[in-house]
Amino acid sequence: MTMECVNPEGLRLDGRQFNDIQSSSHQTLESWIRPILLKGHERPLTCLRYNRDGDLLFSCAKDHNPTLWFADNGERLGTYRGHNGAVWCCDVSRDSSRLITGSADQTAKLWDVQSGEQLFTFKFGSTARSVEFSVGDHLAVITTDPFIERTSAIHVKRIVEDPQDQVDDSVLVINNPDGKKRINRAVWGPLNKTIVSAGEDAVIRIWDTETGTLLKESDEEVGHKKAITSLCKAADDSHFLTGSLDNTAKLWDMRTLTLIKSYTTVVPVNAVAMSPLLNHVMLGGGQDASAVTTTDHRAGNFEAKFYDTILQEEIGGVKGHFGPINALAFNPDGKSFSSGGEDGYVRLHHFDSNYFNIKI
Amino acid sequence: MEVLDIDARAAKLGIDWSQVNLDSIQLPPGQDFGIESDDEAVYHDDQSEFDTGFGNIIVVDHLPVVPMEKFEKLEGVVKKIYNQIGVIKENGLWMPVDPDTKMTLGYCFIEFNSPQEAQNAKEKSHGYKLDKSHIFAVNMFDDFDRLMNVKEEWEPPQARPYVPGENLQKWLTDEKARDQLVIRSGPDTEVFWNDARQKNPEPVHKRPYWTESYVQWSPLGTYLVTLHKQGAAVWGGADTFTRLMRYQHSMVKLVDFSPGEKYLVTYHSQEPSNPRDASKVEIKVFDVRTGRMMRDFKGSADEFSIGGPGGVAGASWPVFRWAGGKDDKYFAKLSKNTISVYETETFSLIDKKSMKVDNVVDICWSPTDSILSLFVPEQGGGNQPAKVALVSIPSKVELRQKNLFSVSDCKMYWQSSGEYLAVKVDRYTKTKKSTYSGFELFRIKERDIPIEVLELDNKNDKIIAFAWEPKGHRFAVIHGDQPRPDVSFYSMKTAQNTGRVSKLGTLKAKQANALFWSPTGKYIILAGLKGFNGQLEFFNVDELETMATAEHFMATDIEWDPTGRYVATAVTSVHEMENGFTIWSFNGNLLYRILKDHFFQLAWRPRPPSFLTAEKEEEIAKNLKKYSKKYEAEDQDVSLLLSEQDREKRKALNEEWEKWVMQWKSLHEEEKLARQSLRDGEVSDVEEDEYEAKEVEFEDVIDVTEEIVQESM
Repeated sequence: MTMECVNPEGLRLDGRQFNDIQSSSHQTLESWIRPILLKGHERPLTCLRYNRDGDLLFSCAKDHNPTLWFADNGERLGTYRGHNGAVWCCDVSRDSSRLITGSADQTAKLWDVQSGEQLFTFKFGSTARSVEFSVGDHLAVITTDPFIERTSAIHVKRIVEDPQDQVDDSVLVINNPDGKKRINRAVWGPLNKTIVSAGEDAVIRIWDTETGTLLKESDEEVGHKKAITSLCKAADDSHFLTGSLDNTAKLWDMRTLTLIKSYTTVVPVNAVAMSPLLNHVMLGGGQDASAVTTTDHRAGNFEAKFYDTILQEEIGGVKGHFGPINALAFNPDGKSFSSGGEDGYVRLHHFDSNYFNIKI
Repeated sequence: MEVLDIDARAAKLGIDWSQVNLDSIQLPPGQDFGIESDDEAVYHDDQSEFDTGFGNIIVVDHLPVVPMEKFEKLEGVVKKIYNQIGVIKENGLWMPVDPDTKMTLGYCFIEFNSPQEAQNAKEKSHGYKLDKSHIFAVNMFDDFDRLMNVKEEWEPPQARPYVPGENLQKWLTDEKARDQLVIRSGPDTEVFWNDARQKNPEPVHKRPYWTESYVQWSPLGTYLVTLHKQGAAVWGGADTFTRLMRYQHSMVKLVDFSPGEKYLVTYHSQEPSNPRDASKVEIKVFDVRTGRMMRDFKGSADEFSIGGPGGVAGASWPVFRWAGGKDDKYFAKLSKNTISVYETETFSLIDKKSMKVDNVVDICWSPTDSILSLFVPEQGGGNQPAKVALVSIPSKVELRQKNLFSVSDCKMYWQSSGEYLAVKVDRYTKTKKSTYSGFELFRIKERDIPIEVLELDNKNDKIIAFAWEPKGHRFAVIHGDQPRPDVSFYSMKTAQNTGRVSKLGTLKAKQANALFWSPTGKYIILAGLKGFNGQLEFFNVDELETMATAEHFMATDIEWDPTGRYVATAVTSVHEMENGFTIWSFNGNLLYRILKDHFFQLAWRPRPPSFLTAEKEEEIAKNLKKYSKKYEAEDQDVSLLLSEQDREKRKALNEEWEKWVMQWKSLHEEEKLARQSLRDGEVSDVEEDEYEAKEVEFEDVIDVTEEIVQESM
């Protein structure tokens, strides 16, 4: 077990919105969030995911071993060994029995969550960038990167109950219109009728899962201007949030692809999350790792920033990482969240009561 | 012509349009087929310089009338005179002869090689006395048409109706007494009102590609100058920014105004093709209002700088330093061993000659009087001491001088109302290995200009920054060792001690490397720029207390508004991140923040000095309560209105969001059965609501989870 409790150094509140809180109880605010530092990965984090019950936290990193933690105290439960490349994404089934991971070793693997046993390996000709189980967990959507001759593509696989019967064949393959551009995320729409994809070409697309036809594309006028790095959908599949290198995050209706809200920050956005409890969205990112200089660690702005979903105003931020934030996830109960950085650390934060009383 | 017309015409002429390569067509020079160029670079006043082509011919009148015998002699005399001035073209002299009388007609035509020579010849020989009765009258040939058309009778010139000019000072009459600022970001240049009440800037004018390098306000705020390939232009006006005047100077790099805004100095330098040569410099001085060029200076960069032994790259800007005050009377240029002072009446050197000062390295005008301070370093290996001197212009009388020993460097700081001059002197220690600093303080307005020596408490402290209080008698010094130097405040006169400088206090270990006094004095910002990440301390010097500390992370620039009410701090594009600016109140309250990518420049529009006398200002300050009532009421109104608007906006946003949520909920409800079947009949579809509702079910579900884990074990 590797666990360390560190002092709450991270809290930053800015702006006049906080005047009322600040004056009354500045001290207690310091403990707004108690971070637990999870040291288990040796390379930059890529993905964080809670199971539905919020007791387990899965993390993926550029080292080859997805890791499972207790979401409450940060105790490490174990790792899933078998990948031979950076692991880019993972998803856990609704009943927390299966884990699917996508990796740069050109495979996606199914795991037994509890035993850590590999159940099946899907083989592709290029990096598996994103994975997600459908509603009901009988399907999975996997995206693959462009590689030499191959174009970026979205694959739909049928997942069967008994791993013995699992086959590698795709139910559906959709090639990206701009095949040279990576698809960074693809997720299921309501009732698995659609797939929403987003990637380097800054366009969000909705596909029909029956026929593989393109149904909608995001409006160029209001859409992102640079590559979309992250996508997070609401629990009821009604809306989703995208983060982009153009320093914005945008909230869209999942059925109509209408732009509802836009959140502007000062740095490229690598990760986004929506609070299931309050009307808060969280953005993470920072100056590109390759552009990070040796100056002050604050220079890169490696903060998880909170915005009011409706008013689109910044509420505050949580500092701590000394590299860009690559992954963010809210616990499904909305009372804690975790962030994963280029620095190789996962920081697990539990909100204290002040957070829930923030008024802006 | 419409495209269809063109096609029809081409068909008629038997031209296959698709075979024509448009790029290969070359028009004869000057031919534009009546299509006006949309290239603004074509200045209309350039094109007609040599319309008639007779520009190099002059007509000399009042020659003696001579018979044919003397023709050659006269011709010889005229040739001799004009050959001294310019080169006459071959067969360029023609003296007509009356065919009847065989006598000359008393005039001749002379053609020169160039119009410049002709012009020169005209100017030099007009009024030349050949003898008592023959005084030359010389005219340009081109002028004859004009001269012939002069009417016999004098007509009074038509009085042109008076067109009132735009009120260039209108911005000063803003009802809310706001100040303007200009910013440049990306391709855009924008002017805003700083509306601190609304906590937002209100746009005044925005223009992409307004300037090709930077913009600058004139010192009294009347004009905004932009730089272009062809020259500089000034903008201003009552309601928006219109172009008031252009100043032609191709590839202009830098501009500078005289302090009273009468003149604009433009600068252009050209890198030499041979790196050993000095670069070429061209400087023009324009009259701002008329646009007329008053004088231009050309030469190699050496003539415009002191050029150390190693050869200094370019001239240091501003090359011409203007004497203080509104009169714009004198300007001075420093070059090797000379100070050239010009006056603006004739734009020539005072007394027709420069001042020779061996080895002078720095000059500085008093901001209010025509007094020039200059610094000459040690010479002859220390045999001749260094010298700081004050010279009155135009008399060139030395008012005061002080010799200084073992000096390594000097820097001169004038107080803004010209009452004091502080000279920071870096001296070598005995071993000559290191230096220490002290100040020589001149009291300009007192009899005989007394000088006082000030040394810091710890005289080995390095001096990081120095700044006079504007219009005041205090100054601040940052001294000591980085990263936590001390800041000290001194006063030139205190109640007890009017004739001596005294220390007011020292702040220990501040994260500061720059000082920014409010333009009205009293308040100062101690700023830690660059390496110090933008630490700001708003300090009240009257009370010697800190009003607020704040941070604008990575701030690169700080600028007070001209009234001293607000401060702008900015992160410019030297940093990649968080470009933009922040407006603070004078006491350190953050008012608003604007983020702009590729943020280059921010500049407050200066204001002309107040017309109020010092006594009147003091009276207002004393009875501030009386005057401020009105503004407080206004403030309250605005804040009420704002909070009302804010509430409205929030309400609207909330309602809009509610609508979405309702829609999502109903759709979710509709799809319930379908979802249930996708999940193989699992009924549990409550997960989305349960967290919000915080119902008892919550705990039930946790129980369910535990059962699942047990089962699979």
